[in-house]
Amino acid sequence: MSAPAEQTHGEVVLRAENLGREVADKTILRDVSFHVNTADLLGIVGASGSGKSSLLRLLNRLDEPTSGTVYLDGQDYRHVPPRELRRRVGMVTQRAYLFPGDVASNLRFGPAQRGQTVPNEEVVRLLERVGLPGFSAREVSVLSGGEQQRVSLARALANRPEVLLLDEPTSALDEESKVGIEELISSLVRDHGLTCVMVTHDREQARRMCNRVILLEAGQLVQTGTAVEVLGA
Amino acid sequence: MFPSQIALGLAQAGIAAILALAVVLLARRRNIHLEGDAAIALLRGIVQIVVVGSVLALLLKAPRWTSIFLLTGMVLAAGSISAKRAKNIPGAAKISTYSIAAGAGMVTAIMAWAGVIDTAITSLIPVGSMIIANAMNTNGLALNRFRSEVLAHTGEIETALALGAAPQATVRRYAESSIHSSLIPAIDNLRSLGIVWIPGLMTGMLLSRADPLYAAIYQFVVIAMILASSGLTSLLSTTMIQSQAFSPAEQLILKGAE
Repeated sequence: MSAPAEQTHGEVVLRAENLGREVADKTILRDVSFHVNTADLLGIVGASGSGKSSLLRLLNRLDEPTSGTVYLDGQDYRHVPPRELRRRVGMVTQRAYLFPGDVASNLRFGPAQRGQTVPNEEVVRLLERVGLPGFSAREVSVLSGGEQQRVSLARALANRPEVLLLDEPTSALDEESKVGIEELISSLVRDHGLTCVMVTHDREQARRMCNRVILLEAGQLVQTGTAVEVLGA
Repeated sequence: MFPSQIALGLAQAGIAAILALAVVLLARRRNIHLEGDAAIALLRGIVQIVVVGSVLALLLKAPRWTSIFLLTGMVLAAGSISAKRAKNIPGAAKISTYSIAAGAGMVTAIMAWAGVIDTAITSLIPVGSMIIANAMNTNGLALNRFRSEVLAHTGEIETALALGAAPQATVRRYAESSIHSSLIPAIDNLRSLGIVWIPGLMTGMLLSRADPLYAAIYQFVVIAMILASSGLTSLLSTTMIQSQAFSPAEQLILKGAE
């Protein structure tokens, strides 16, 4: 895999301002501010319990910040209807959580929520894009972990998101599948201009894949910059 | 032999208690010590049921319209009790009360209007209490199952939300399975009626020398009413509870500790 470019890309698409979250008097995140440019692959790194996944869940409003907000294309996301926001800011989690049925029905799930149908050609194109040609009619129960994660990626892409959030997308996979998914995500960013924010506990992975990195410690952002600046060469 | 029916009842209670104590003594010979608990339970049981019987004796002489207040009181208590099965779901008590009131109330009202249930307080209260109690149990089972299903499928639900699904669509199948499983006891009761068990109402009618065939058919009527009211209660409560699992910003709020 080629090393990512170590500069910021296009315009700001997502901007977090003073984000904080407290649950039952416990501070999970405090005063986190950063931005994501178009075609960025921004890594969120930090030790276990530093608030990485909690921060990601605030970006598509799966959880509510107790302070601060997020701007999507300059608009405060509290003014965007939640379903539209989540269509525009997609998410892929550590486990694929595929819905029972075949691969095609999973890919059609997101658009179907808005009454849209995804034609067969689009399903075929999405599956080719994630390296699963001919998988359309396969039952999800027979897929390997790596294949499931690819379907999960294609399912999120079917919604045509502006930003894709990735929560430890390779941590539940074996080494071979992990390399495949890493290459796939990198190619989606490089070749298709997809904007991604990826949580990872694996600093090497962040160094390999991300052009920018933010480092969290105990719920606070302590450093931001290129992967080399934050994580070292 | 006995000066009154109450004296006869007390004598019968005494014989039943002696039998229970005999079993306790038998257990004691095998080093299973139930004496203390059993004695207290028997004493409590007789006092409680005699108090309830005395209150009922007074109430049953009350005018017909008082049954509305009694049934309302039962519904309020049932709503509060079964809501405890829906821990951490906001508004569960209100939803349970509304659902039991609608489910049990509607079925009781229709059957009373159709002349199937006598509106005399002596008939309406026992039949109404049976319907309300069963609606309460079904409601508790449905809410408890819904809560467990949601807690067990947080990942699937949030994945669907993250793909832009409407909150209620993400939990619909868990609500459906909750309705189904909550009605299993009522359906099994109907299925096993007369084969596995002869319910209390029929037993009571037989003891008061009603025609056995009529007692049997009337028992079926009551069990079918229980199924109808329980089904309606379960449908209503699971429909209403679905939205309570989410915040106004469509975030899943019914989940384990963060």
